[in-house]
Amino acid sequence: MTRTDTGVDPATAGSTPDRTRPFWTGRRRDHLTGYLFIAPQLLGSAVFVILPLVLVVWYSLHEWNVLAGTFDFVGTDNYVALADDPNLGAVLRATGFFSVGLVVFNLALALLLAVMLNQKLRGTIVFRTLFFSPVVVSLVAWTIVWGFLLQDNGGVNGLLDTIGVDGPNWLRGEATAMLSVVVVQVFKNVGLNMVLFLAALQGVPAELYEAAEVDGASRLRQFWRITVPLISPTILLTSIITVVGSLQVFAQIAVLTQGGPGTSTTVLVYYLYQQAFQFHHFGYGATLSIVLFGIVLALTVAQWQMRKRWVFHES
Amino acid sequence: MRSGKGIRVVATTLTGVLAMSACGGGETQDSGPATLRITVWSANEAHLALFNEIADEYRQNNPDVTQITFDPLPFDTYTTALTTQIAGGNAPDLAWVFENSAPDFVASGALLPLDETLKKTDGYQYDDILPATLKLWQDDGKLYAYPFSTSPFGVFVNTDLLKQADQRTPAELIEADQWTWDNAFAAAGATGSATGKAGLVIRDFDYKDWSNLSTVWTGWGARAWSEDGGTCGFAEPEMVEAMTRLHRAVFTDKALPGPGTTADFFAGDAAMTITQISRASLLKDSGFAWDLVPLPAGPKGPYAVVGQAGIGVLKRSPNAEAAADFLAFLTNPTNSAKLAQFFPPPRQSQLTADTLAKTNPKLKPEQLQKVVIDGITNGVVKPSHAGQAEISQQVRAGLDPLWKADADVKAVLDGVCGKIQPLLAK
Repeated sequence: MTRTDTGVDPATAGSTPDRTRPFWTGRRRDHLTGYLFIAPQLLGSAVFVILPLVLVVWYSLHEWNVLAGTFDFVGTDNYVALADDPNLGAVLRATGFFSVGLVVFNLALALLLAVMLNQKLRGTIVFRTLFFSPVVVSLVAWTIVWGFLLQDNGGVNGLLDTIGVDGPNWLRGEATAMLSVVVVQVFKNVGLNMVLFLAALQGVPAELYEAAEVDGASRLRQFWRITVPLISPTILLTSIITVVGSLQVFAQIAVLTQGGPGTSTTVLVYYLYQQAFQFHHFGYGATLSIVLFGIVLALTVAQWQMRKRWVFHES
Repeated sequence: MRSGKGIRVVATTLTGVLAMSACGGGETQDSGPATLRITVWSANEAHLALFNEIADEYRQNNPDVTQITFDPLPFDTYTTALTTQIAGGNAPDLAWVFENSAPDFVASGALLPLDETLKKTDGYQYDDILPATLKLWQDDGKLYAYPFSTSPFGVFVNTDLLKQADQRTPAELIEADQWTWDNAFAAAGATGSATGKAGLVIRDFDYKDWSNLSTVWTGWGARAWSEDGGTCGFAEPEMVEAMTRLHRAVFTDKALPGPGTTADFFAGDAAMTITQISRASLLKDSGFAWDLVPLPAGPKGPYAVVGQAGIGVLKRSPNAEAAADFLAFLTNPTNSAKLAQFFPPPRQSQLTADTLAKTNPKLKPEQLQKVVIDGITNGVVKPSHAGQAEISQQVRAGLDPLWKADADVKAVLDGVCGKIQPLLAK
């Protein structure tokens, strides 16, 4: 009789266990070691990801009056209320405006900066640091400072005034308020995408450009035909990160506009916060968070599927 | 079999988490050493020093209470932070409650009835509390929070700035019986244009917290909603007239800093501000001459508006009885007199200029009489309604179009009523 080195005896496999065989075989020990290594991560995911997800679904089926301490099962009532919510259309529109604005501005600017700072010129390291530094600044502090700058008599309008332009009241106009929030967020995080694009650009083989130049391709053609296809995996990654991040924007809205003027900057996460924590509709707030989860999931899956069309190569 | 066991484990875990989160706090224990935590809106050192002094005195005679902590929460998000703590199972033992959320807290049953504890406390003199100050905090004949601060709004004036702009001071206008909104706006606008500073700041309004505008529109006899809370008042003629005047003050007279512009009176950046006496402590190092006067008269004559705050004991506090006992000590006649320097008390016997002057050295007896005592006696409380947070948000969004130079005031106010009437009718 032979035994495999995994401790399983083929002759007895599937039959009555051999009681003389030691329990702690090498294979079992390996399994246990593996499980112990991933246990903290598994536990963390279960407690801080899976359980909250399940609880949110559970809460969305209840009416939870925090002050009264009641927690009543209401079935699908919150989902029915969602369909009848007169504010939901405006909230989804604001969320869409913000996300589209952020993704377009952020990715375009990040790519432009990365291309510019990828040149072998003096001082590029300083500029890279300057553009990246807002990423590590406290979000709330950054937003508060911008709040002062965007006041009617703030620094932005002061600068415009020096060139003879009468600036708008940025945070009080329905169109300019949303634009302001987008710009503040773009400047905060553009450095992160810029660094990712820089890394991708530096991975593009120089000989491809040399060959293209020999063939007489213009700089623009080289960019579209060589650079973009070769950094397309990074474009996919940054677009997914940016879209998901844009749907979770909260602090900027809370500090700069509180959802106003009107409901022009009331994005879904802020509306969710208002319903749950200000109006004490925790069950409805949970329902909105499931809507948000659904949107994020759908967009991520859609982007992932779209990679087949426009991501040039994947490792 | 195995999957059934797994489901039971998950269900048990979920039930445990739900019980912890939804029910929070746990059962009242009221035995053994207790620690008490009180959420308050103020982080002002002078306020906290006085609170802690009274708490230390209480602990000396009540060794079972080992610690009393006053936990300041940011003013702007105070009620949200408090309810989040409650939802998270971290409810304080006692909580400061603003008048705008009083109906929600009182009617929900979240607070412990206090009548019996206060009445049976030796020397408490419960009957000394003005019945009018208790109204907001009572339900079905029981008191659910002590009206800790009944604070009338007045106008703090930077007399240096007004003189610099050659304007008559409010004191002089009062003397001439001309302290009206028209004159106040005129003086504010003129001072603003002469000095480059702001004219009149309605503190904490910032074109968002509209309830502070009741300090103005009440002078026109306007109200946010009817006495029974069921009918919107924003589209009523009095409100339209008041808001039209206010709009003109902002955009024509330039008497108030416009939307998106901030100015801090206490830093010397404005000629006048409408706020409460509890903010007088901010004038400690002001560096300018100042005065405190009542609100200007509106077309309906003199009036007063009060902001109220109560302190209640959370029912789900594990030390609810000890907390109620401490509240009785904190608000007994002796401590009420001490606290009067910041928080005007509801006790009739202490609402005299002489008594208040002892603890308010910065204010003259006539200021205390005209602003505080007359205000508490005759004032109307700022708007409050069940579900106020949601109503307030709708009003804020509805009023936003008003804060433009070319706004159609009547149309905007009609729109506000369109938004909130369904909520008021709930």
